[in-house]
Amino acid sequence: MSLTRIYGLFLRHFYLITRSFPRILDLVYWPSIQITLWGFISNFFATHTTYYNNAVGVILTCAILYDFLFRTSIGFNMLFLEEIWSRNFTNLFIAPMRIGEILTSLVITALIRSLIGLVPAILLTSPLFGISILDLGIFLFFLFLSLYIFGITLGILVSSGLLRFGPSFENIAWSTMFLLAPFGCIYYPIETLPEIFQKIAYALPLVYIFEEARNILINQTVNIENVYYAFIWNAFYFSLSIALFYYSFNAAKNKGTLINMGE
Amino acid sequence: MKNLIEVKNIKKNYGKKQAVKGISFNVEEDEILGLLGPNGSGKTTTIGMLLGLLKPTSGQIFINNLKLEENRIEILEMINFISPYIELPKKLTVKQNLYVYSKLYKVKNIKERIEYLSEKLRIGELLNSITGELSSGQKNRVSLAKALVNEPKVLLLDEPTASLDPEVGDFVRTFLEEYKKEKKISILLASHNMNEVTRLCKSVLMMKNGEIIDQGKPEDLITKHGRANLEEVFLKLSRSKSEFN
Repeated sequence: MSLTRIYGLFLRHFYLITRSFPRILDLVYWPSIQITLWGFISNFFATHTTYYNNAVGVILTCAILYDFLFRTSIGFNMLFLEEIWSRNFTNLFIAPMRIGEILTSLVITALIRSLIGLVPAILLTSPLFGISILDLGIFLFFLFLSLYIFGITLGILVSSGLLRFGPSFENIAWSTMFLLAPFGCIYYPIETLPEIFQKIAYALPLVYIFEEARNILINQTVNIENVYYAFIWNAFYFSLSIALFYYSFNAAKNKGTLINMGE
Repeated sequence: MKNLIEVKNIKKNYGKKQAVKGISFNVEEDEILGLLGPNGSGKTTTIGMLLGLLKPTSGQIFINNLKLEENRIEILEMINFISPYIELPKKLTVKQNLYVYSKLYKVKNIKERIEYLSEKLRIGELLNSITGELSSGQKNRVSLAKALVNEPKVLLLDEPTASLDPEVGDFVRTFLEEYKKEKKISILLASHNMNEVTRLCKSVLMMKNGEIIDQGKPEDLITKHGRANLEEVFLKLSRSKSEFN
C-alpha cells in the first residue's frame, strides 16, 4: 500500500469539493433539512405519545444516525460515479494503483464528505430542538463506527456492481439504502415488523445499532450485546463486499467493462 | 535494440466472438510502431490488454521484460496512455490534475516535472485554468502532459491527434518525434491518419478482424502493394484480405 497514491486519489476528490461551492452546499443542505424536518416530527410525537415521553430526541437521534449511514453509502458511490461521469475512469485504472489503495482512499474521502454534512446538522439540533446526540455518551462513537462500516460496505457492494455491469447499474446505487431501510428498524422497534421480516432484520447490523440507540435514550441502559452483534455482522458483510469487489474487478477485465466504462 | 513491448500470440474472446485471434509483435526501444486497421479490427482490444484493462484469453505480454500478468503495478508505473475518448477531471485546474496524477505515479520532484512539461508542451499559461473549459487542442496537450508525467518507457497512443486542427496536430507530432528521440521510449500508435503514421512510424501493423494481415515499414508496404501512399494501402487491405494471404 502506498500512502502517496492514497493521498493522490484523496486530493482528486478534495480539489473537486473545495473548488465548487454548490457541491459543498449540497453536502450540508440535505442533512440539515432532513434533521430540521425530523426535529419537528420528533417534537410532535414527544408531546402526543407516551412511548417517546422519556426521550424527546429518540426520533431525531435516529434520524441523524440514519442520515450519517445514508451519506456515507451514497458518498462512496458518488466518488466512484464521479470517475465514470468525468470519463476519467480509464485514467484511474491504468494508474499503478492497487485495488486496496483505491478503496482506502475512497473510504477516507467518503468519511470526510459525510462529516461535512453531519456536523452542521448536529450543531443545529441543540439550539433548534434542545437535543444533543452526545446524550448517547461514549457508545455514540461505536454506533457511528458501526454505521460508517456498513455505509462503506454498501458503497463497495454497489461499486462492485458498477465495475461488473457498467453505468447501467447506477440506478441501483441510489436505491440500495431505501431497500434496506424498512429492515433497519430505524424509527420503530423490531417487534413492529412481521416475524419473517424480523428474521431478515436480525441478519443486518442496522437493527442492533438503532435498537441500542433507543435503548440508551429510553431505558438509560446499555446492552453491549447489540454493539457486539452489529460489529460481527459488519465484519461479515464488509469482508463479503471486499471479496465481491475483487471478483468484479477480475470479471470486468474479462468482459471489457473497464475499457467501455462511461459509454 | 531491446524490445520494450513483446506480445506473444495473444487472443481475446468475448463469449464466442474472437476479438483478437492470436497476434504477436514487438516494439523496440526508441521505436514508434503504428497499429492500423478499420473500426472493429481489434486495435482497442489490443491496447486494452497492453494496459492491463483486459485479460487476454491466452498468450503473454511482456513490458520491459516483465510479464504483465504477474507485474501489473510495476508495469503500469512505466507506461502511460492517451486517447481522445478518455478525459481528465473537468472541474479541476490543469495544475491540480497534473499534481494528482504525479502523486498517483509517485513522481519525485513534482514541481520540476510539471514545469518541464509545461514548457515543452506550451501549457504554462493554462496551469490555473479549469480543465473542462479548455479547447480541444489545449486539452490534448494537457492529456499528453499527464501521459508523460511519470516519464514512461512505453507510451500507448490512441488517435492522439484526432479532432485537432492541422497546426496543433503538427505541434503534437513534432513533439512526439523529439521526445521519443530524446528519451528513447517506445510508442505504439493507433491512428487513422495515414500521413501521421507515415511520418512517425518506423514500421506498421495492419489489423483486420482481430488478425495482423500485413506488417512492415510504411515505404516497403507502399512498394509491395504498388500504391501511391499508405492510405491507399490501408484501403486495399481493409477491403480485401484474401488477396494478400
